[in-house]
Amino acid sequence: MNKHLKVLVNGVIKENPIFVLLLGMCPTLATTSSAINGMSMGLATMFVLICSNAVISLLKNVIPDMVRIPAFIVVIATFVTIIEMMMNAYVPALADSLGIFIPLIVVNCIVLGRAESFASKNSVLSSIFDGVGIGVGFTLALTLLGVSRELLGTGKVFSQTLYPEQYGSLIFVLAPGAFIVLGYLISLFNLLLRKQETN
Amino acid sequence: MELIGIIIVAIFVNNVVFSQFLGICPFLGVSKKVDTAIGMGAAVMFVLTIATIVTFLLQKGILEPFGLQYLQTITFILVIAALVQMVEIVLKKTSPSLYQALGVFLPLITTNCVILGVAILVIQKDFNLLESTLYAIATAIGYAMALIIFSSVREQMALTSIPRSMRGIPIALITAGIIAMAFMGFSGIDQVFK
Repeated sequence: MNKHLKVLVNGVIKENPIFVLLLGMCPTLATTSSAINGMSMGLATMFVLICSNAVISLLKNVIPDMVRIPAFIVVIATFVTIIEMMMNAYVPALADSLGIFIPLIVVNCIVLGRAESFASKNSVLSSIFDGVGIGVGFTLALTLLGVSRELLGTGKVFSQTLYPEQYGSLIFVLAPGAFIVLGYLISLFNLLLRKQETN
Repeated sequence: MELIGIIIVAIFVNNVVFSQFLGICPFLGVSKKVDTAIGMGAAVMFVLTIATIVTFLLQKGILEPFGLQYLQTITFILVIAALVQMVEIVLKKTSPSLYQALGVFLPLITTNCVILGVAILVIQKDFNLLESTLYAIATAIGYAMALIIFSSVREQMALTSIPRSMRGIPIALITAGIIAMAFMGFSGIDQVFK
């Protein structure tokens, strides 16, 4: 159990996909204009990550080494299609606002990266834990970015008003804000990590 | 006039990097030098145009007549992956000099979300074949332009002293944000073409 917990914590902090590995930047920047969008994108990616990690680690002895990347992509694309159809059926408004970035989970480097570097080498159970850890790390990072942008831009967090909207600066909700807020968040993360190391 | 509108909007107003957030990973990865930025831009333009035409024909010719639209994501990504491989092999045989220039960038392109993104976008926007091709070319020009602008800024940045925790990706992202702000100045010119 201890080993699995380590894998889990590793994904959230030490190998945080956004702040440390710097993978999966496109959905991170594009879908975090509000906290709720960022969180749902994170959860959708987490679903794909857990399922594809589990299936790929089950199939790791069956898939020939030569064609492993296309095989992984087919597995990932299957789960992406499933989540896309489910979101269209149950939360159409959310699916609309995430738009093209739901099918683009297929080319998210995090998912393929974990399949290649972890799931194809480890047992099913620890692959699932790795999926959960990385997924939670990704979701937390996206939510944090979404919260910061929504708060700075509109004075709301998860649509709850904290201060009047006219004091917010719209630029943080628009495209440039995504780059700038993520840049500052990563540098803050670097600073905190360095402080911790020197202590 | 409408076709010119599509081109202008795809290059400037809805710039693929600064307003649609596609292809950010290679954008941050290969933009340290102007030379590599040009190479990557050219490779994207080459593959994007071919991939968009092929996936468009596949969608209209096979997926839609047989009601298989739900297979879109799987089909497109596999076709793009195969296509990149094929382009690599053909280029190696027919044009070694072009292969020399683009070679290193081609394998990276499969996981570049610009390619799959544009392939899906032209279907969603209900473009015809000519509009799709133009849109693909214009998007690639926008991408190359973003890469080149950004890489020339980064070459200068290497010469300045930057706070330690901001070095590398954070300062690059903030710079991209400021360039994106400049690109917002283009919004509205699409009205002219309506």
